[in-house]
Amino acid sequence: MKGFIIKEFLHIFRDVRSMIILFGMPVVQVLIFGFTISTEIKDAEIAILDQSKDNITLELSNKILSSGYFLLNDNLTHYDQIEESFKAGKIKEVIIFEDGFARKLEKEHDAHIKVIADASDPNMASLLVNYTAGIVRNYQMQQYENISLPIKITTEPKMLYNPGLKSVFMFVPGVITILLMLISAMMTSISIAREKELGTMEVLLVSPLKPIQILVGKVLPYVLLAFINAITILLLGFFVFDVPIQGSIILLLAECLLFIIMALSLGIFISTVSNTQQTAMMMSLFALMLPTILLSGFIYPIENMPEILQWLSHIMPSKWFIIIVKNIMLKGVGLGYIWKETLILTVMTLIFIGLSVKKFKIRLE
Amino acid sequence: MRTILYILQKEFLQVFRNKVMLPIIFIVPIVQLLILSYTATFEIKNVNLFVVDMDRSPASRELLGKFEGSPFFRIVGYAFSYKSAEEALKKDIADQILHIPQDFGKNLDKNKKAKIRVTTNAIDGSAASLMSVYAISIIMDYNKDIIIDNLGLSGDPEPIKMTFSYWFNPELDYITYMVPGILVLLVTIIGMFLSGMNVVREKEIGTIEQINVTPIKKYQLIIGKLLPFWIIALADLALGLLIARLIFNIPILGNIGLIFFVACVYLLVIQGMGLFISTVTNTQQQAMFLSWFFLVIFILMSGLFTPVKSMTSWAQIINKANPIAYFIEIIRMIMLKGSDFSNIKPLFFALVFYAIISLSLATWRYRKVA
Amino acid sequence: MAENGIIIKAVNLTKKFGNFVANDNLTFEVRQGEIFGFLGANGAGKTTAIRILCGLLKPTSGQIEVAGYDVYKETEKIKRNIGYMSQKFSLYEDLTVWENFRFYGGIYGLSGKEIRKKTGYLLDKLQLTAARDKIISSLPLGWKQKLAFSIAIIHDPKIIFLDEPTSGVDPITRRQFWDMIYETAHEGITIFVTTHYMDEAEYCERVSVMVDGKIVAMDTPRALEDKYHVETMEEVFLKIARG
Repeated sequence: MKGFIIKEFLHIFRDVRSMIILFGMPVVQVLIFGFTISTEIKDAEIAILDQSKDNITLELSNKILSSGYFLLNDNLTHYDQIEESFKAGKIKEVIIFEDGFARKLEKEHDAHIKVIADASDPNMASLLVNYTAGIVRNYQMQQYENISLPIKITTEPKMLYNPGLKSVFMFVPGVITILLMLISAMMTSISIAREKELGTMEVLLVSPLKPIQILVGKVLPYVLLAFINAITILLLGFFVFDVPIQGSIILLLAECLLFIIMALSLGIFISTVSNTQQTAMMMSLFALMLPTILLSGFIYPIENMPEILQWLSHIMPSKWFIIIVKNIMLKGVGLGYIWKETLILTVMTLIFIGLSVKKFKIRLE
Repeated sequence: MRTILYILQKEFLQVFRNKVMLPIIFIVPIVQLLILSYTATFEIKNVNLFVVDMDRSPASRELLGKFEGSPFFRIVGYAFSYKSAEEALKKDIADQILHIPQDFGKNLDKNKKAKIRVTTNAIDGSAASLMSVYAISIIMDYNKDIIIDNLGLSGDPEPIKMTFSYWFNPELDYITYMVPGILVLLVTIIGMFLSGMNVVREKEIGTIEQINVTPIKKYQLIIGKLLPFWIIALADLALGLLIARLIFNIPILGNIGLIFFVACVYLLVIQGMGLFISTVTNTQQQAMFLSWFFLVIFILMSGLFTPVKSMTSWAQIINKANPIAYFIEIIRMIMLKGSDFSNIKPLFFALVFYAIISLSLATWRYRKVA
Repeated sequence: MAENGIIIKAVNLTKKFGNFVANDNLTFEVRQGEIFGFLGANGAGKTTAIRILCGLLKPTSGQIEVAGYDVYKETEKIKRNIGYMSQKFSLYEDLTVWENFRFYGGIYGLSGKEIRKKTGYLLDKLQLTAARDKIISSLPLGWKQKLAFSIAIIHDPKIIFLDEPTSGVDPITRRQFWDMIYETAHEGITIFVTTHYMDEAEYCERVSVMVDGKIVAMDTPRALEDKYHVETMEEVFLKIARG
């Protein structure tokens, strides 16, 4: 038994290329997520079509451009240029001041600004429009301040759990989940399918080792690998990106272990139904990776999906695990808040183990 | 040329005979397009709001009415202490807390400044900033109303009128934005995985050796290996565009021919990368991991999900070498804005440049030896 | 091209992988139409040598000519004149017999007519015409092996290299396979074969015995048996291996 486990370890750790990928991938992914993925707006390129060119439009333009959100790309002179400059791709918004802006504002108390946003990216467009509107509104308020402001509500926005609005906070739990899934389920299913393909599984099965011992031996190295990886990501998140671990670390690691066991039993189950590496690979890729990324709430909030997909997401183990990790790490809650999710994962694990044992037995008979 | 045809014939036979490959090539892309388009949305349709109204004055009720009337907000609960509201955030029952302090109404009546606290669950930073912006704009709106009430109709508090228009996607539909990008993803996966895996597979089963002892020229072999999946990927793109048009109603404002023209060049870049990976790996497992690794990085940085403009400057520089980013930008410009060739020229030539580099690298690395 | 009927000529062929010497100063000649055997245990360096001769590997040093061409500079010309069959048989399992023939014939540059003619002839000889449209994976191992051999000679090569062609095949099929080799040799094609089955060595006209990358003996099987005063090549090999 011991010799067998050592053989499995050697198998995995000798494959340098796979090792580099397995350990390099999570690190690179977290770094990329941490440093690049962001939806904050800065230096969005805009064009201004100022038909009035008076001191108020200039002042407003300056206010908009000095906000840090916007960067002037072009001063347009004519309406016809708008479409062309959008098509050329750089400009995200065009701000148009009507002719005689200052005069109308003073005399008629009625001056118009038209904002056109490139809504091919709808979120970007609505944020830009909102920011622009906010700046203009502030400008007006300040004008009133001089006259004596009647009433003003100030809103104090508070961002809980992630004051810096860093996207790493969101991605660290997601990357951990994906990785545990990838290593545990995918690698085990492929490695067992490989032994089946090469015929070495038969050799193991006729040996005095019990089937359960074989499975444990196959699976143990991956448990260790997956665990090391999870800890690497947590450390990286903590030291490089200040992603806190508010809750109990022990609880977090225990939940990780539960998820790893769940993923391993899923991997074993996949390997019992597939005969070649390629099938195992494709099944893992399309049945595990895509749903893990898409339906788990890793990147995209589940609440906004169509009803069917929301239902589907309930049977994704990763969804429950991500909730658990986010809650422990970022909200700092205890088991009392996540017992339901933990229970679901446990039940799923038992189901997969049961199914694979059944399959495995049938095959042996 | 005849030699290449023989390889093509053989590759197509193998693809069409393979029970696993066929669905991967034609069904998976469709499923992907359908599912991704619906799931990959940052659109915020509903904000679950928890209300802590300590004031319970007419003013606070009026403000709450505004929130109730908004299609974005759904009030999921009321509490009389901030603490229990925070509990609701913790339990994921609510996304946002609107906290109206005592004396809110009184302060407004006395023309004093009144405060409101909006607390948002910010674990998802991008969603949080949108939710926060929505809440603030409703409060601002209410503020404007009471100013008008207060001043009577004598003076307009906001003499500067703003009108907004959203071009190219007036409904602010997120699917319209995502589908062109997902099309790129689709052809990329087909191009990179299939052509790379194909060569490694022949390595693994040993047939590549048999081919290597034949007098076949390197370029013939490479063309023979790339062309089938080049054609298949273009067919997938056509299928994808059809679905985009018919099912998702995505406008294709620009020239479809131009999209395919760019795709032809783009696929060469991707396939060259796939081939290169196949030359440095020995098993399908390794090849898959390596392709997966690069794909994930390229895709994440490509601007498919989050705008490239929002990334750190070094990431933007790295993106200059990311072919996926170029094609996503081009296809969005052509489909959604109707850009023509002169608009995409610099991006297109960058792709041509990378196609040359990636194919030369793969050809150079590919050895007709064991 | 090849002078005095010598078709393969190696002088001091050496191949190193890092510090490991896989082939150590091999010197030998093979005559046209000869069945030349390369004997040795697994890992003795047979496959490395055959790969060098086929142009799949570059030698570290030594002078080597195959079919009159230099292995350093003229590998592409060599490839035109040789056939190769590896231990793995190298047939596409998911294609039919005919599709395999057509593909390999095609990349050797045969015309469609030639391919059809040649395939018909070879299948007829194997009495496998009925299997023409069967998928390879459905065929028994012995058939696959014969088909792989036929494909290796579809372009009428001057030399055919067989790398452990009979590994994993039952004795009767092995016997039939060697009949096929004899027949081919009768047609004037040179056979270069590696094997670790000592009984097969008896079928060769000349054999060279390799141990740890070196050629330790080279002659006709009869001469070697006489030299070591034994009855079979098996015993010759055991004597040599024990030093």
